[in-house]
This record gives sequence, C-alpha cells and structure tokens, in this order.
Amino acid sequence: MSEQAATGPVAGTGAAATDGEQHPRGRGRIILDSIVEGNSVTVTILAIITAMVIGGLLNAFTNKPVIDAWGKFFADPWHAINMAWDVAIGAYVGLFQGAIFNPHTVAALFQQSSISTAIHNGYLGAVFGPLSETCVQATPLLLVGLAVALPYQAGLFNIGGQSQFIGGAIVATYLGFGVSMPPVVHAIVCVLGGFAGGAVIGWAVGYLKAKTGAHEVIVTIMLNYVMQYFLAYLLSFQYLLQAAGVNPITPAVSGSARLPHLFGPSLRVNPGFLIALACAFGVWWLLTRTTTGFEFRAIGKNPNASRVAGVNVERNWALVMLLAGGLAGLAAATVIQGTDFQLNPQSYGTYGIDAITVALLGRGRPVGVVLAALLFGALHAGAPNMQIATGTPVQIVQILQALIVMFVAAPPLVRAMYRLRAAKAAGVGQVLSKGWNA
Amino acid sequence: MADVELELTGITKRFGPLVANDRINLTVAPGQVHALLGENGAGKSTLMNVLYGLLQPDEGEILLDGKVVQFHSPKDAINAGIGMVHQHFMLVPVFTVAENVTLGIEETAPTGLLDRRKTRNDVRELSRRYGLELDPDATVENLPVGIQQRVEIVKALVRQAKVLILDEPTAVLTPAETEDLFRIVKQLKDGGTSVIFISHKLKEVQAIADKITVLRRGAVVGQAAPTATEDQLAAMMVGRDVQLVVSKGPARPGDAVLQVEGLTVTDADGRVWNNDISFSVRAGEILGVAGVQGNGQTELCEALMGLRPIAAGHVSLDGRDLTHATPRQHLRAGIAYIPEDRQEDGLVGDFTVAENMVLDVYDRKPYASGINLNLGVIEANAADRIKEFDVRTQSAETPVGTLSGGNQQKVILAREVGREHKLLIASQPTRGLDVGSIEFVHKRIVAQRDRGVAVLIVSSELDEIYALADRIAVMYEGRITGFRPPSVPVEELGKLMAGATDEEAAAPATGGSE
Repeated sequence: MSEQAATGPVAGTGAAATDGEQHPRGRGRIILDSIVEGNSVTVTILAIITAMVIGGLLNAFTNKPVIDAWGKFFADPWHAINMAWDVAIGAYVGLFQGAIFNPHTVAALFQQSSISTAIHNGYLGAVFGPLSETCVQATPLLLVGLAVALPYQAGLFNIGGQSQFIGGAIVATYLGFGVSMPPVVHAIVCVLGGFAGGAVIGWAVGYLKAKTGAHEVIVTIMLNYVMQYFLAYLLSFQYLLQAAGVNPITPAVSGSARLPHLFGPSLRVNPGFLIALACAFGVWWLLTRTTTGFEFRAIGKNPNASRVAGVNVERNWALVMLLAGGLAGLAAATVIQGTDFQLNPQSYGTYGIDAITVALLGRGRPVGVVLAALLFGALHAGAPNMQIATGTPVQIVQILQALIVMFVAAPPLVRAMYRLRAAKAAGVGQVLSKGWNA
Repeated sequence: MADVELELTGITKRFGPLVANDRINLTVAPGQVHALLGENGAGKSTLMNVLYGLLQPDEGEILLDGKVVQFHSPKDAINAGIGMVHQHFMLVPVFTVAENVTLGIEETAPTGLLDRRKTRNDVRELSRRYGLELDPDATVENLPVGIQQRVEIVKALVRQAKVLILDEPTAVLTPAETEDLFRIVKQLKDGGTSVIFISHKLKEVQAIADKITVLRRGAVVGQAAPTATEDQLAAMMVGRDVQLVVSKGPARPGDAVLQVEGLTVTDADGRVWNNDISFSVRAGEILGVAGVQGNGQTELCEALMGLRPIAAGHVSLDGRDLTHATPRQHLRAGIAYIPEDRQEDGLVGDFTVAENMVLDVYDRKPYASGINLNLGVIEANAADRIKEFDVRTQSAETPVGTLSGGNQQKVILAREVGREHKLLIASQPTRGLDVGSIEFVHKRIVAQRDRGVAVLIVSSELDEIYALADRIAVMYEGRITGFRPPSVPVEELGKLMAGATDEEAAAPATGGSE
C-alpha cells in the first residue's frame, strides 16, 4: 500500500516525471490547472482578505495627512496609527456603501411618513441603489467570465472575450437601431443577435483550431485586435454604423430594444442580470448533466482517451468556442440594451481581461464565476462612492482586483502566510485507493 | 573500491495509519545481486527510498560494514556509496552524456573552466570497463531508453557507488535491452558492486538474482534462491496459489468476424507502418499478434479502431465495411478495445471511476436520455461493475488516476466487455500489471473467447501470446511474417520476429548456419 506514498517526497522524480510524460499538455496548461484547481475555497477567501489588507496599507500610506502624522510618529504614535486605520477603513466603508448598502439611506427611508411617499420620492430606490449597481456591473463580468470558464473545462484558454464581445455588440446594436419591431420581440431578437454575433467569432477560433491546429490563444489575441479596429472602422463612416454627426458612435437603440428596468426608473438593474444568472446555471447544467458537457470535460482532461472513446474532439472544440463566443456576445447585448444604448469604440472596456481574472478567481466553475463576478461587480460599483466619500482614487479598486488574482494565482504564498497545509498533499484516502492491487 | 556489506535491520516506515514497511531485515553481501520481489504496493520502493535517504525510517537501522549510518538526504547515501537508478530517469535531455554524468560534481580545470576532457575520459573508462558502449558526446534525448538507463548507471558509478539500486529497471526496456542490462549487471557484480534489483517480474528475478527477498504488504514474507520455481515465487508474492498460465479449453472457432485485407497504413511523413496486412479473426478464437515492440502493432490496432487513416486495403466486421469509419462507428459496430497505453488512451485520469466506466457509452441508453445524463444509472452501473470486476477503489467517485495499474485496467476491461461486442481488441493488456492482476485479465479474456467473441491480442510478451493465443501471427516491420499454431517452438517465433520469411523460419535449424 505504500509505494505511492513513498514516491510522494520524490516529487521531482517519479511523480512529477510521470505527470509530465503522461499528460499531453503544455507547461502553461499545467500552471493554469494548478491555479484553477490547486486551490481550496479557504485559500481564495484568504487571498481576498490579504489583498484588502495590502490595499488598505497602500491607501493609508499614500494619504497626505497619514504621511504627515507618521512623520511625527514618536511624538504621538496613537494619532499616526489611528489616522492610518481611519483612512484605510474609511475607503472600504465607502466602497461597501457604494456597492451593498448605505445605512444613511435606510435611516432616511424610515423618516418618511409612509411607504408610498418613500417609494415615490425615491428613498426606497436609494436603499437598493448600490445593490442594483453591483448587479449591473457584475452582469457582463459574469457572462464573459463564463465565456472563459466554459472552454477552460474543455481544455481551451479563451483570451478572446473582447473580440467576441465586440462581435455581439455590433450585431445587437445594429438590430437595435436599424430594425423596427414590437417591443418585447425586438429586445429578444437583439439579445439573440448578440449571442450570434459573439458565437460566430468564437466558432471561428474553434474551427481554425480543429481544422488547422492553430492555437486558440494566439488566434483569440489576434482577433481581439481585428475586432477592436474593425469596430473603430465601422464607427468612422455614416454609411456603416456611425450616427449622424462627427463622433464615432452609433445611433441609440430604439426603446423597443432596450431591456426594461426591473424595479422602477431609479434602479438600473435589468433582465440582463437574470440572463447572466440563467446562463451560469445553464453552463453548470451543461457541464455536469449532459452528454455534451461530458464530452467537453473529457476532451479537457484527456483528448487522446476521448478520441479513442469515440468523441469527436475537433467538433467539440468548435462547439465549445461557439458557445463561449455566444456568452460573450450576450454580455455585449446586456450592456448595449440595458445601460449604454450606444456603441462607441471603447464599449468593450476591459471585460475581456477582467473576465479572465473572474474565471480564475471562480476556479473555472460556474458557481465560482458567479461569486467572483459579484465581488468584482461590487468593487466596480462601489468605487465611485468611495472616491466621492473619502477622496480615495478609484484606481485602488483595480489594484485590489489585481492583488486578489495574484494571491489566488500563488496559493503556496497564501498557504505559507497562514500556515495552511497544502490542499493536494496526498491524503490517506488517496494513498489507500492507490495501494490496492488484486 | 572496498566491498561493502549492507544491512537493514527492523526498518519500519509508517504513513499515518499505514505501515508501509514493517520491521524489514535485509542483508546484501558484497558483489551480490539481491532481488526485491513484490507486487505493486508491497513496500519495495518505500524501503529503497529509506535506504537512499529520501525517507527517514520510523524504526530500525541501516548498517554499512557493521557500522550504523543515518541518511538524511540522498546526498548522505551517495557519499556512503549508495547509488539509485529510478524508474523514471533524471537526466537533462539536451545535455550530452558526459554533461549529465558530471552534473552536480563538475570538475574544474585550474583556469576555473569546466574540465570536459576529464569527464569524457571518466565516462569512456567506465563504459569500457563494464561494456556499456556509451558515447560521452551523444545528446541524451537522442538516445534510446536502454542507453539512457546506462547513463544513469554511469552517474552512480562515477559517484563511487558500491551498492546500486535498480528500481524496476526493465519496465521501460525492450527484451533485447533487458538482455544487455543483465549483462551489465553481471559485470558490475564481478567488479564487486552489490546490486539491489527491484522487480515484480518472476522470470527476470530468476535470471539475474543471487538471492531473492519477497515482500508482501510491507513485510518480508520469505527468501528464496533463484532456483525456486515461478509458481513458488508467485505464491509468496501474492499470498495464494496463482495460475501463471490460465487454463483454457480448445477453441471452437466459428465464422470470421474481423476481416482485414491488404491493410496499409502510412503516416503524414510517408512512413509505412503497416504494409499489405491480411488476416481474419473468427468468433470464439484468440489471434495473438507477436512481435518486438515498434513493428507496427500499435498502428495496426489504431487503424482497426479508426484512429489512424487507412491508406489501402479493407477492414470489415461481420461483412460490414469499416475501412474509413470513425472511432465511434467502430465502437458502435461492436468492437471492444483495450488500448496499449491505458492512462493516455484508455482513461481520463481526473474523471471518476463511474465516469470512466461509461467513457464510450455515456450518450447511449440507459446512461443518457437525449442530451441528459442519467447520473443515477451511471452510478448504479459503476457499483455493479466494481463488484463484478473486483475493482479495488474507495468509491465510484474516486478519480481513476489514483487507482493502481491493475485496477485501472479492470475499469477498462469492465467498460469494454460490458458493451455488446463481437470483437475484442486488446493491446498489451497486462503491461505493467502484477501477477495477480495478470491472472485476472487473462481469465476474463479467455472467458470472452468462450462466449463466442473474436479476440485479437497484441503483445510483445511471448509468455502472454503463448498463454492466450489459439493462433499466432508474427509482425516484423509492418508486415506479418507468418502464422503459427501455439505449439510452435519459441526459436521459430524468434526467427519470424527478427524478420525471417515464412519458409526460412519453418526450415529446421542447421547447426552453425549463422
């Protein structure tokens, strides 16, 4: 029973060498796997906490009054420490109030004479405003995050969220202003158009890989450039997509194509968020409950064995990229139809890159992606309030986001800091099942 | 080089509640080839890792020439004259032989530069003394596995190893390379080096060992002389009597099931792997394809499964043409397939046992309805199969990659013969398995034949071919050089395997004709 256990410490020899030989995966793929799968939930949470501590320190010690107070540290150490604490906490309180809820708005709500006047005067809306914004910000992150996580399960690394987003945005926007239809139908057609627009770009990547072996990472990165400049091109001519005027921007989509606000005019949350949640559920269902998902996961883990078992690996590559592109395209549709209404050369923002961090933080699983998207959505939603309330620059949010992902990507670092045992150390159970032989 | 006697007394090593080594005593005399025989998981490697300083024993002592020594790391062990050649080599592929040998103990010339000449001479000198035939300037990645192993041996010798541990050294070698290794081991022994030879292969141990110690479940169950019979050794290893050759009745062949005519397989580089091969396999018979590894057997199996394009010829199953069918069409036509490399081609290591049990039927009823997987049915199927095939796993949800080789093979076997099938193709079905598992797999294959399935076995182990085949086909350089009944003498098979034509091989050997 012991031989497997015995080879454990010889990691550099037996175990590692075997792994290297047996898996037809590149080194980069192995590193990615260890980032996504070598983590426990604990490590993820500790990574978030660590990032917030560092972000807080960074914030405190770039603040002029705090620096001055620390200059006189020996005169009044408590003052210096309190100052630093106040600044760091103040920023997070501002962030929280901007992203989740603000106690002042609740207090104001209760000072109203009746519920109906409270609603009428927008006090109720103020209470739920932050949460609504978090959902709005999380929607595209969630959808593009799924567009990274789904192909990841099939062994493909989709860097092309941006190009697929643009593909969806072009189609959804054009259908939004260029076609007239009855209200609900129009919105649905545009959403489906967004899916299709992204899906075509995604499918092209999978198809090229299946037919020619072109690596999806290269192709998606290059397509990002192609689509970015293609969009700029479309917006430069009025006979293409440019609205009347001199600005590179499309006409606004018609009212019938817009996604309605779910809870009144003051809250921007719209059905896009529900679409995103439904997609997360759909991806989970697809991966765990269907034959298609079984094939995706099988080719992700071992394409050779899948081929021998009769799975058409190439067709699945094309299919999974098509679905991923579609998800990214849906993200574009929700942004255009839900909040932006117009397409400009920067509409794709940083969704493509943010989505990779969302997928990594969510460990490539739909539930994780939902949670990660909500976290980053909250950070984005709370940032403006934080800046208004405390003067903390919004860039601190980007730093936080990057630090979180960095710590998640370096689980040994987090484990060492908190003295956790390695999650993948051979547990007794594993040893037991390895050792038996007939 | 003083000759050293090595003694291990009462070595105990625990991993949590597991006792991997239980009070093991072992004495290796100078110049002795001492075989450690045991099944996978018997504790052989743990013991050697203790000896090599990779693990610290919980109890017991290591003595060299009567003096107690403690090894805290492999470095201590190497300094004390212990060398180890691991199953997986630790060589830098892009370095030359000499560079690999000198890595970590580089000699510098007075100028501070690497003294390449001295290293090269050392390699040459050792190579000459032990007949290793090593070129110090060859790049390791270009060398065949057998030669790479010699580089590992030289690495140990340069570091003044007096006790050399060889961990399953033949697992990666061809029969001819194994012969060479044995010759080298004999020369080392004549030079006074002790060799600890770890293996679970009975024939090899008999051929090379001066003394055999058998381990089972972490404890020494006994010692034997190399004159002990295979049955005796196997019984000691497994703890019960084992049928090394499964008993099978005469074949009752029916109609031809698989028909192959003029099969030619080439790859993208134009290399011809199979050249105009024709044969058939009938229901209820086992056709064994013998041959040295690398003569087109792998490609033959892959072509028969639709995994490789067929350049010319025809393949049909029960009269249905499968020449250009996809792998899935082959499976659906009723072929069960046990691939040569079970981890690479047979299983998805990270998938659970249950998922692997349906790896090629997951989309069929009753495992799926439409696009929906019926997880309950898949689970129940796994539970049944685990019981029926005695798969030792913690649960059906255990990742299959954590199972032992024998149990992994049982998962594949259970899956493949569990489907409706007319033909079973098994490539190297018992490679790397221990005696107990081999017996199990062979019995199941014979049982398939007796059910009326046509069976095609590809094996580079002649013992396996003799044990199973009702008819033998021999492959050499992509051709079939001849068909023989299983009563054929091994010399005649050997000639066919080396490329002799049908007539040459059949001709009675005349003395000194070579």
